[in-house]
This record gives sequence, structure tokens and C-alpha cells, in this order.
Amino acid sequence: MAEILGACISLVGAVFFLLSAIGLLRMPDAFTRMQTGTKATTLGSILFLIGIGVMRPDYLGRTVLLAGFIALTNPVSSNALARAAHGFRKRLGARLEPDALAADEPIAASAPQEAEHGD
Amino acid sequence: MANGIFSVATGIAILGLLLASVRLAKGPWAVDRIVALDAMTIIATSLIVAFAVFSGRRIYVDVAMVYGLVGFAGVVAFARYLEGGL
Repeated sequence: MAEILGACISLVGAVFFLLSAIGLLRMPDAFTRMQTGTKATTLGSILFLIGIGVMRPDYLGRTVLLAGFIALTNPVSSNALARAAHGFRKRLGARLEPDALAADEPIAASAPQEAEHGD
Repeated sequence: MANGIFSVATGIAILGLLLASVRLAKGPWAVDRIVALDAMTIIATSLIVAFAVFSGRRIYVDVAMVYGLVGFAGVVAFARYLEGGL
């Protein structure tokens, strides 16, 4: 019974992986792709790994550790990616109406010139 | 029964990995490709754990942990490079 429950939890996580990949293909610009590509995979991997832990109890400690590790590191990489994409925001064609980062930081305002020079 | 459901779940995750690799191949900007690479890293980490279940060897869970660490470091390094800070 616990095996079937764990396999069903893993199935829900895998469906979140598939939804995330479909969102990566269909979303219109880089920032919305970033939203589906990081949030949905975080939830999907947590469900997939916890499901494996429920299915095989001797794997539970390591899969919970791995799920916590992914839950901690995936927002960090998403944040770094969003800051990098903010430097290219003119060329990406994204609509950023309330842009607090551009208003706040003179460093972020000078980043596109550096990035275009580096290309 | 449980093995069948888990095989279906692994197949769906592999399908998601393939669809994300389409975005990796045709993403118009480098940021799109790195977002797809990040999603593929997370899905591949979960698939390595699924392979550990199928093969019955617990050492592959440790392999998945190391792969997740290296993938995270790689994505952050790519992002810092695009930002111009590396």
C-alpha cells in the first residue's frame, strides 16, 4: 500500500515536470519561462523524491536531504538568472511595467552596455 | 502495480526532459537556453534517483546529490557570466 502511495506521489511530481517543460516551450518571453522552469520543477522534484522515499523507506533520508537541497538552491539560481536577464531586458522584448530594479540601482542601469560589449 | 505506476512517472519525466531540450536547442537568447538547462538539471537529478530505484543500488542517490550540486554551480556561473560579473 505504501508503495502504491509513493508511486502516485512520484507520478504527480512527474506531471509537474511535464507541465514545466510545456510552459518552457509555450511561454512568450524569458522571464515567464524562468517562472515555469524553476518553480514548477522545484515542486515536481520535491514530490518525485518524497514519493521515492515513501515507496522505498530505506531511501527516505537521502531523498529528503536532496529535496531540501533542491528547494534551497533552485531559488538562488533563479534569482541569479533573473538578474542576468534584467541586463538584457531591452533585447528580450519582455514587458516589465513596474521595474523596481532599474529604478533602484545605477549598477543595473549600466549593465547592458557592458554586456553588449562582452558579446 | 507500484512498479508500473513508477515506470509511467519516469516516462513522463523523460518526456519533460526532451521537451525542455527543445527549448535548449531553439531558445532565441542565451537566457532562455540557461533557463532550459536549469530545468533539465533538476529533472535529470530526479531521474538519477529513479535509476537508483530501478537498479537497486543506493550509491546513485549520492551521485544525484553531487550532480545537483554541480548543476547549481554551473547555472550560477553561467548567470554571473551573462551579467558581466565573472
